[in-house]
Amino acid sequence: MFKIIAKEKLTPVIDCLRVEAPALAKKAKAGQFVIIRVDEVGERIPLTLADWDAKEGTITLVAMEVGTSTRKLGLLKAGDVLTNLVGPLGLPSDIEKFGTVVCVGGGVGIAPIHPIARSLRQAGNKVISIIGARNKDLLFWEDKMKKVSDELIVTTDDGSYAAKGLVTEPLKAKLEGGKIDRVIAIGPAVMMKFCSLTTKPFNVPTIVSLNSIMVDGTGMCGCCRISVGGKTKFACVDGPDFDGHQVDWNIAFDRQKVYLKEEKESLDRWESCQCSK
Amino acid sequence: MEEKPKSKINLNRVEMPRQDPKVRAHNYKEVALGYTDDMVKEEASRCIQCPKRMCVSGCPVNVDIPEFIKAVREGDMPEAVRILKSKNALPAICGRVCPQETQCEEVCTLSKKKAPIAIGRIERYVADWDLGNKEKRSPTQLPPPTGKKVAVIGSGPAGLVCAADLAKMGHKVTMYEALHTAGGVLMYGIPEFRLPKKVVQAEVDYVKSLGVDVQLDSVMGKLATVDELLANEFNAVFLGTGAGLPMFLDIPGENLNGVYSANEFLTRVNLMKAYLFPDYDTPIKVGKKVAVIGGGNVAMDSARCALRLGAEEVYIVYRRSRTELPARHEEVENAEEEGIIFKFLTNPKQIIGDDKSWVKSMECYQMELGEPDASGRRRPVIKPGSEFMMDVDVVVVALGTTPNPLIPSTTKGLDITKHGTVVADEQTGKTVKDRVWAGGDVVTGAATVISAMGAGKRAAASIDAFLTK
Repeated sequence: MFKIIAKEKLTPVIDCLRVEAPALAKKAKAGQFVIIRVDEVGERIPLTLADWDAKEGTITLVAMEVGTSTRKLGLLKAGDVLTNLVGPLGLPSDIEKFGTVVCVGGGVGIAPIHPIARSLRQAGNKVISIIGARNKDLLFWEDKMKKVSDELIVTTDDGSYAAKGLVTEPLKAKLEGGKIDRVIAIGPAVMMKFCSLTTKPFNVPTIVSLNSIMVDGTGMCGCCRISVGGKTKFACVDGPDFDGHQVDWNIAFDRQKVYLKEEKESLDRWESCQCSK
Repeated sequence: MEEKPKSKINLNRVEMPRQDPKVRAHNYKEVALGYTDDMVKEEASRCIQCPKRMCVSGCPVNVDIPEFIKAVREGDMPEAVRILKSKNALPAICGRVCPQETQCEEVCTLSKKKAPIAIGRIERYVADWDLGNKEKRSPTQLPPPTGKKVAVIGSGPAGLVCAADLAKMGHKVTMYEALHTAGGVLMYGIPEFRLPKKVVQAEVDYVKSLGVDVQLDSVMGKLATVDELLANEFNAVFLGTGAGLPMFLDIPGENLNGVYSANEFLTRVNLMKAYLFPDYDTPIKVGKKVAVIGGGNVAMDSARCALRLGAEEVYIVYRRSRTELPARHEEVENAEEEGIIFKFLTNPKQIIGDDKSWVKSMECYQMELGEPDASGRRRPVIKPGSEFMMDVDVVVVALGTTPNPLIPSTTKGLDITKHGTVVADEQTGKTVKDRVWAGGDVVTGAATVISAMGAGKRAAASIDAFLTK
């Protein structure tokens, strides 16, 4: 059991939890993820680390309420526990001095891009961050991102806050405006795909962090397999970071949809149970 | 007073009752129901207590089989339990999943008369009696603590036995498990209807009762490396991490939706209880027509799970013929009785998807058997022009597993084979790395529960000798 030290709602549908996990916090590195189970009947779901504090012995997780597990997570309060928490899993992001890097965070992907931007900046890179969301209500951590970036650009799809448009627009402008040595994009798969397409003509190495469906998260089941450069890879142990130009996005999109019907059935049932409570 | 042995040898092996195939194909309750009191007495009384004791040498952990059978015949269950458990810490599991027909029972003197004593069934009865009569158990006498600490990585058959034996020798044991439940393959791999999970957990509880500290949710190599364990706290480390990495087909279409590794399919069903979805949150795709590729026990388990989930037709697709099936005969028979359809001499060429990337069919080759290969089995070769289509919507790949590289890749100084297994001495489990032992599938590649338990046991003895020298 892992105790929740603090819980806040970053937006009406995005939750941020600080959880006690001393051994894990000591080992965590930017880009790695954990797998949690909210209760005894729960799924194992992967969440990329949003932050950690080795001294305090805690990790920070951010999740958007989209399905049964994340809705259950949203109901937890400080003092409650996560039934299971395992990690740090996956390979850490490559952190070295590349020069000028652009970190793109879309939607809930703003959370995992934060420690990567911070680590890249600590490694001596000039960090330009672009964060975006569908609308103002889904945007968070602008202040935190500002602190770890040399420059921060904010967009909303509907223009309800900051610049109207998609994150790919300022990304393209930056690529045209000067030498960019590396791009890291984390967010919805479709956003990562279009970031990769945007950087391709400029030949800038582009890293994406795939949040595939997983079960064990240690290479055991192969549920998270994807095709990268024509080879089958497991997101859990070979990633989650991959070369965005090599990822077969069609397979990645398809495999995210395997359980759409069951996910809806599960959520409908959970919601009706909640109502009758 | 001892019963006078019957002069005439009884060759009527007592059958164990099983659930009706038509009924059990739709439930997850245990298929084999176990002996009744009368049945076990009758079967035990068939044992002629021969002086050869071939059965004992046929057992990977050398259980004193004639002695515990004698105790059963005399109705002294506590004594039977004592004898059994002095060599085998997990008899309720072994009584169910050991391939006795190729071990103790194969070499039984009555085997020549085609009526070996049903040692596995008697073992199961004794173990279940023990689980049902815990209050009658005399507490295990533990020796005074030695002050030595051992880390056991992995809580499957090898780890459980190694941990139990070390604890009984007075060492302090911490057992690390990556998943959220202890038991390894006994929990995620073998289905409920063959090995009820409450039986596994009862055995895990027994190991805990010996003072073993079980740390779940702990992926070693990530949370701590073996070198850190040795440097910080532990005098020795045992690697019982199994063979958890699935092999795929390497044919077109293997990444389509609806293609599972057997590991994923079985983990969803067994560990995550997807068969109880939506009461449990983890879903699984229940195909109408399911093809399971492979011919081992894991393939049988996958096929029988698919059937119980509600598939209309379930195929075992195997590239050799019936004679070469590596699965236990009993499990093949169970599968056939339940209605699994066997496609022998068949090998997939490619999996074909629909416009939404879901499996809709599988193209296969017809095979024929050629010259024997390195394994001594006749090599299957493609019959030219024999391609044909199978309509399927779920494919489960059960071609075997290899060890997880997490520990080997994060531990300095281990000797790793090209198959990814850890090199360890067969008798002691000692690796080439100081203070590190290994045993079970991580050393042998995918094998049986009992051989892993045997390796755990031998390693425990070797670790104890090292710690107390």
